[in-house]
Amino acid sequence: MMLTLPLPRSLTPFLQAPLLLAMLWLLLALIGPWIAPYLPGEVVSTTVFAPMSLQHLLGTDYLGRDVLTRLLYGTSSTVLLCAASTAMACGVGAFLGMMAALKRGMTDTLLSRFMDGVISIPSLLSGLVAVATFGSSMPVLVLAMACIYLPGSYRTCRMLALSIVQKDFILAARMRGEKTSYLVLREILPNMAGPVLTDVGLRFIYAVRLLSNLSFLGVGLQPPQTDLGSLTRENLLGLVYGAPAVIAPALAIAFLTVGLNLALDSKGRRQ
Amino acid sequence: MTAKLGIAIARRLGASCVSLVFVVVAVFFITSALPGDVAQSLLGQAATPDAVAALRHSLRLDEPVLLRFASWAGGLLRGDFGMSLVSHQSVMSMVHERLLHSLLLAGITTLFAVPTALLLGTLSAIFRNTVFDRCVSVLTLCVVSVPEFLVATLAVLVFAVQLHLLPALASISDIHSIGSFLAAFSMPVATLGCVIVGQMARMTRAVMVNVLSSSWVEMAILKGVSPTAIILRHVLPNVVAPLFNVMALSLSYLLGGVVIVESVFHYPGIASLMVDSVTSRDIPLVQSCALIFCAAYLLLTTLADIVALFSAQERNGA
Repeated sequence: MMLTLPLPRSLTPFLQAPLLLAMLWLLLALIGPWIAPYLPGEVVSTTVFAPMSLQHLLGTDYLGRDVLTRLLYGTSSTVLLCAASTAMACGVGAFLGMMAALKRGMTDTLLSRFMDGVISIPSLLSGLVAVATFGSSMPVLVLAMACIYLPGSYRTCRMLALSIVQKDFILAARMRGEKTSYLVLREILPNMAGPVLTDVGLRFIYAVRLLSNLSFLGVGLQPPQTDLGSLTRENLLGLVYGAPAVIAPALAIAFLTVGLNLALDSKGRRQ
Repeated sequence: MTAKLGIAIARRLGASCVSLVFVVVAVFFITSALPGDVAQSLLGQAATPDAVAALRHSLRLDEPVLLRFASWAGGLLRGDFGMSLVSHQSVMSMVHERLLHSLLLAGITTLFAVPTALLLGTLSAIFRNTVFDRCVSVLTLCVVSVPEFLVATLAVLVFAVQLHLLPALASISDIHSIGSFLAAFSMPVATLGCVIVGQMARMTRAVMVNVLSSSWVEMAILKGVSPTAIILRHVLPNVVAPLFNVMALSLSYLLGGVVIVESVFHYPGIASLMVDSVTSRDIPLVQSCALIFCAAYLLLTTLADIVALFSAQERNGA
């Protein structure tokens, strides 16, 4: 086992379509608000549900605001919120999963039972209950989504780590008297990085679905904050006119989720 | 062998019961951990401290949490789900009719979605790696990965707005004929069906491919058995149990879809009741709806696991 490799070998297949795509969306989320032509709350036109034009590339929304601007802001909050909650869920999940696989015994049993309990609540339901209790604000949504997707990540990582823990190089490292942190960070994690990143991608898609669904129901992000789901909801009336105000955010969600899923799927096929 | 199976099933049922208790406890304590105060948020900003204190007392919020949990759980056991904070009706009476509506929607959807999904999944497994299979795979992947409300919105756009074929709302109160029944139910059922078929066709394909690429099917092909006979006599008996498992698992996805579909089409079911109660922060109603959903979800996943146990037993016995 070469420890000095700059990148774990199991990571290389991932350095293709899915990662590039994810990077692209993340970049768009980060620079989106900077390149937006108008302010998100600014009413810029007297026409509502205007069609596409040079002045307003994606037309105007139900109050006469610029759709492109709002779409850029919405994409930003959807991607960043979901990325944050996925990072929390998968970071903690992976850590706990690897610990459970290493320690076994009581720790493993208790953790696994608890996670099974959490997993037995459907995700949209947990989201609704969390919002009903704590109100819907950004921290609540991020934390709720992190808690909802933690058990799934834990399960995947535990299964992956269990098969690695039985390998000889772990035994050798244990015989050398390496610390648990060394085992986790330098021996187990690099060897499961590929599948774990695929899992992270899937959970990110789930998070986008959940957040969009909640916002569409009106219990996700509250105005003046916007995300792709609430943008679709508030412009739903424009459906009758075929306005880009409702079609653009819907398409953005579809591109985000389907694109990433297709990339992950074709990667899975190749392996 | 059967004794072993019995023990395995008993263990699975036991685990489900533990999960149910976990859910009951979790739902209560999460909804009781309000940072603010239900009484305060119900009465609004202008409430006098006396009014808040009185409401707190009448809602028994001034009692210790454990005592409230005990009386709430005791009420559940007696079938008493408490009173709604907003409409002051008993939760049981509000939930009852709505639940029947939701079950009707779920039942009709299942009736259509299951055969479609099985057919699609089986066909794409038989013709795997052809253009047909790729198309089905990409389509189902799209449906599975977008949020449910996108499918619903798209359905409204195409069928109600562009083609004027169907009403955009499901009003089930004035159903007099088969025509009005079809008009009211076709959109919600089609939307919900899409979501289920997407999930189920993918899982069915996986199960079928697994069996079709097994050595005994290869043997049958080499012996010159006709394709129809292979499917009917060799494959079908081996996939019945795993397919039941797939069915139960996919139907648990109904729950997620039903929340969105009922809200979009204003269908008076239990899921739209729950969304309304979340918006108005009517905690007893939220608790009861959440419990009903979790119980249904647990029932389906338990059923799936028990069927899986049976099929494992059969394979070992054969």
